[in-house]
Amino acid sequence: MKKYIIQSIRLTLVLIVLLCVLYPLSIALAGKLSAGKGGGEKITKNGKVVGYALLGQSFTKPEYFWGRPSAVGYNAAGSAGSNKGPSNEDYLKGVSNRIDTLLKYNPTIKRSDIPADMVTASGSGLDPNISEQGAIIQIKRIAAIRKIDERKIAELVIKNTQGPFLGMFGPSSVNVLKLNIALDEIK
Amino acid sequence: MNTELLGIVATFLLTLAIAIPLGKYLAKVFAGEKVWTDFLKPFESGIYRLSGINPKEEMNWKQHLKALLTINLVWLVYGFFVLIYQDKLPWNPDGNPGMSPDLSFNSIISFVVNCNLQHYSGETGVSYLSQHYVMMFLQFVSCATGIAAAVVLFKAFRDKTTTKLGNFWDFFVKSITRLLLPLSLVMALILTFNGTPSSYEGKDQFISLQGDTVNVSRGPAAAFIAIKHLGTNGGGWFGANSAHPLENPNYFTAMVELIAQVIIPIAMVIAFGFFIRRKKLAWTIFGVMTIGMLLLLIPTLSSELGGNPAIAKMGISQATGAMEGKEVRFGPAISAYWSTVTTIISTGSVNSMHDSSMPLTGAWQLLGMMINSFYGGCGVGILNYFIYLIIAVFISGLMVGRTPEFLGHKVEAREIKIAAIITLLSPFLILTGTAIATYTFNNYGDANWAVQPQNWLNNPGSHGFSEMLYEVTSSNANNGSGFEGLGDNNTFWNVLTGIILLLGRFLPIIGPIAIAGLLGAKKFIPESAGTLKTDTKTFALMTFAVIIVLNALSYFPALTLGPLAEYFTALSR
Repeated sequence: MKKYIIQSIRLTLVLIVLLCVLYPLSIALAGKLSAGKGGGEKITKNGKVVGYALLGQSFTKPEYFWGRPSAVGYNAAGSAGSNKGPSNEDYLKGVSNRIDTLLKYNPTIKRSDIPADMVTASGSGLDPNISEQGAIIQIKRIAAIRKIDERKIAELVIKNTQGPFLGMFGPSSVNVLKLNIALDEIK
Repeated sequence: MNTELLGIVATFLLTLAIAIPLGKYLAKVFAGEKVWTDFLKPFESGIYRLSGINPKEEMNWKQHLKALLTINLVWLVYGFFVLIYQDKLPWNPDGNPGMSPDLSFNSIISFVVNCNLQHYSGETGVSYLSQHYVMMFLQFVSCATGIAAAVVLFKAFRDKTTTKLGNFWDFFVKSITRLLLPLSLVMALILTFNGTPSSYEGKDQFISLQGDTVNVSRGPAAAFIAIKHLGTNGGGWFGANSAHPLENPNYFTAMVELIAQVIIPIAMVIAFGFFIRRKKLAWTIFGVMTIGMLLLLIPTLSSELGGNPAIAKMGISQATGAMEGKEVRFGPAISAYWSTVTTIISTGSVNSMHDSSMPLTGAWQLLGMMINSFYGGCGVGILNYFIYLIIAVFISGLMVGRTPEFLGHKVEAREIKIAAIITLLSPFLILTGTAIATYTFNNYGDANWAVQPQNWLNNPGSHGFSEMLYEVTSSNANNGSGFEGLGDNNTFWNVLTGIILLLGRFLPIIGPIAIAGLLGAKKFIPESAGTLKTDTKTFALMTFAVIIVLNALSYFPALTLGPLAEYFTALSR
């Protein structure tokens, strides 16, 4: 028994060096070569960091495309979903309010135009994407406020829609931050 | 929608394309045959020398268990104190506090037993030191423990009659050097170059496009997330686990993480067959497991793609499926596949929030964890399945009136008793655990805990009951996913699930190894016309029936009170 205890402790120490020091260090070194140098890829506008490419951020102003509802208000230091069950009455009331808000700000759209992702909270609370349909229903509103031709914005949405992986696997999506930055660049 | 289904098919086929050769490779590694990774031998000798281990020393099944339990105990003590004092230890750039003793008790057990139930949130609950030196360390070694235990069982059936079952340290170290570490290196690199952070920098801050100040938790996550999946651990770097965009940046990484968590459980089944030179047995086991997986996956897909009828009633199109708790870049289809995979094997990582899944999906998730052997966790999946096999052998033996045998060894009262105890253990822990929780919720709502019982549940009615049932089931299965709405960071849940985690891990390891050790030592009976063959389709069907009957009898009432009641009352109204 004593033999096993000593062997266990020594083996644990050796493995800590291997698995907790050498292994992650080698990944961190290799990561320096990646897009964000291992610290996450940042997006800059006029030389200033305005966000992370992968992290959604809150858009509440009507002149921007909105992202999905977030249970944590896009807090990138405390990710979480709503964890609301599908039959929870309070939750369903919340969804209903979100629908009303969307209809209020986008008076030209019909209920049936609204995709599910625009009225439900994401799993992480940091979803950087919306569906293409989620962007399309907002075009008219933004065009009116920014006084830009609708077609120009529609083109922008198409340009910022990422198709399925390799064209074959998974859904399409629109990165809201990138789309809004492109929107700001229209003159 | 078709691209989403195609994504599942591609992911599963790629999984098989990697897992099957990997299984053959593992059989050779553990049999000591020549493989291309033998260049690592000097490196392994170095590890043995530094640890004072002689890898050639043969152990019997009891010695194996002693070694296994001893080193696990060392990890428990080590990690418990690191977590409590993490605020006083170095490498805590975000200044997170030390854990309370009950939270540390729960967390350390949870990681030692390969469960990774997390009652803390990665961003605020642990330091980088704890993440790497406790959590990630245990993700490697707990998985290697499971694999080594399974190899002991393989060893017992390789030779005709034997008590010499190889060396535990040898199996354990090789699981890391020949399997987990190389694969983790590859996967961590893939993740890093897809956007997962890998550097040691602490929190960042920026001003968003519309002018909000945003804090961003980061850290060396890529290395962690690789072994989290390969080792069927499932504990997230970030609170939102693999739904977090930095933990799982895109559809490609979702496929990689899905493949990574299934390859070793499948490879272990294949390795079993090749190791004991009964390939047909491995294929029948694989067949039963795959059919079981599909039977859970298909209804899950159907309920998630169907969307939420309550939201459909508001006039919102559910063409893209149920989206609450899901990410747009994954969509509902691969999220449904993920939820099946992560519950049948014991990963417990999530890319969508299970608490927000459709009611029937919740039932399938629970059932997957209750059965816990359709592929199952690293090493322990095959151990759990072995118990079902022994029960099936016994029942078939009774039905045809012969002494039950398994692979040339008589299965007698002692083995059956052990198998029966292990079989009864799961329902006992799950049902009594849930009963105690429900009782406490109803009668001691104002108990003075960090989260008062009356505030435990995030959802009312039967869904709330499901939250408690899920937590206990996940603990017993060493799964680690949760209906995360449950307020689980308080003395009650930390202690209750901590105890269930320990029992649900070590007894189902001790049982099968004891049975295998006892059987292996018995006189070998050559196969004859009267032998019950365990690699036929009939016997496969028998095992499947045993699995379904045992689990249906044990859990149907509980499932009825939870997800089934929610489905029939709230949503079909």
